[in-house]
Amino acid sequence: MSEESGIDVYRRRFLSGSATAAAGMAVVPGVFLHEIGHAKPAADPVTSEVRWGMLIDTNKCAEGCNDCVTACNDEHGLTGHDRPETDAQWIRKVKLKDKQTGHTQTLPLLCQHCEHPPCVDVCPTGASFKRDDGIVLVDKHICIGCRYCMMACPYKARSFIHETLQDQLPHAPRGKGTVESCTFCVHRVDNDGTPACVEACSAENHNAMVFGDLNDPSSEISKGLKQHSTHQIRADLQLNTGVRYRGI
Amino acid sequence: MLKNSFILLLLAFTAGFAMQGQAGDSLLPEIPEAQARFSEAQGCVEPTAEMRKNHMDYILHQRDETMYEGIRTRQYSLNECINCHVSDAEDAPRVSSEEHFCNSCHSYAAVKVDCFQCHADRPVKTSDNQSFSTTGKPALQIIDSLHALETEGTVHE
Ligand code: SF4
Ligand code: SF4
Repeated sequence: MSEESGIDVYRRRFLSGSATAAAGMAVVPGVFLHEIGHAKPAADPVTSEVRWGMLIDTNKCAEGCNDCVTACNDEHGLTGHDRPETDAQWIRKVKLKDKQTGHTQTLPLLCQHCEHPPCVDVCPTGASFKRDDGIVLVDKHICIGCRYCMMACPYKARSFIHETLQDQLPHAPRGKGTVESCTFCVHRVDNDGTPACVEACSAENHNAMVFGDLNDPSSEISKGLKQHSTHQIRADLQLNTGVRYRGI
Repeated sequence: MLKNSFILLLLAFTAGFAMQGQAGDSLLPEIPEAQARFSEAQGCVEPTAEMRKNHMDYILHQRDETMYEGIRTRQYSLNECINCHVSDAEDAPRVSSEEHFCNSCHSYAAVKVDCFQCHADRPVKTSDNQSFSTTGKPALQIIDSLHALETEGTVHE
């Protein structure tokens, strides 16, 4: 069993790492990388070999830009009732102001995908859970809507759905009476994709967000974390967040 | 002998038509046709009789594997059921209608189907996502400093 998963990891690293540059070339006659080049075959479970994370460079985050928020709302069909207090919000722009100097900066705040998530600790039903690859989700089939997790989350990352919803999207099931938050676009990540917010930020050439595997030393995010000084928001809580910030 | 079998055949035909007529008279549910076949030998992803009886077990099993383990095979995925069994036409019946594939049987059997309070009851092309309107949130939430965020949070001892 362990041998099997060892091979799997090797194969995955091989396909996603060094080999991607050669994608399209034949590995052995008749086998092309782009035919087998998915990071994770659909039938394979996620493993703790990978830990997904995000590095946000607040110096690059443009004041007045809201593209990550819009992209998230579009991606998941988050519609509101013009009631900012209670409308669902998975990612929001926060503006920081130094009272002394008047210096301002903005940053996107989302579920930090904590390694030790308080939302999971307090959930009485087991609906809040962390996947092996570090993505924190709500199993809405089990969630009873008690909202303990919303109280426990230090980042106010979660929303409760108060109203009956219609026209949800196939990849983003959502419903009244349950709590939800950023999923790191798990439906994309499982298909070798990048979260919608990161994509939108890059599309505008801001490139303030990097998504990747914290466990892989050769990933862009790991290199960024090694090279620069970065922070966890509320590092004092020792949650070991998956989302890190530069420039705060 | 030949004459007898001919009469038998004729009988079988008329009986067949009679039964079809009965279904149309709404004693039995009228189940919409699927868009495709799973294989040449088999209509659905398991034999039809098996699916009629046990489809919920397949979907439930897949549900947990997808959510907890990220397994995204298509054979027993609810999204794929919908993609094949429900039309993506603008005016296609929604799940509230007895003409919707799921509800055609569920209303006949008087079994409430909860899935679609959260899940999509019709195929949605991902490129169409943009047509969904977004929240009317203010672009910025202004707080004084990171310190404000710190004092607002819950402290865990
Ligand atoms: S940021 Fe909040 S919702 Fe996300 S994992 Fe941490 S405690 Fe849970
Ligand atoms: S609202 Fe749902 S996910 Fe949150 S603590 Fe309660 S049962 Fe758990």
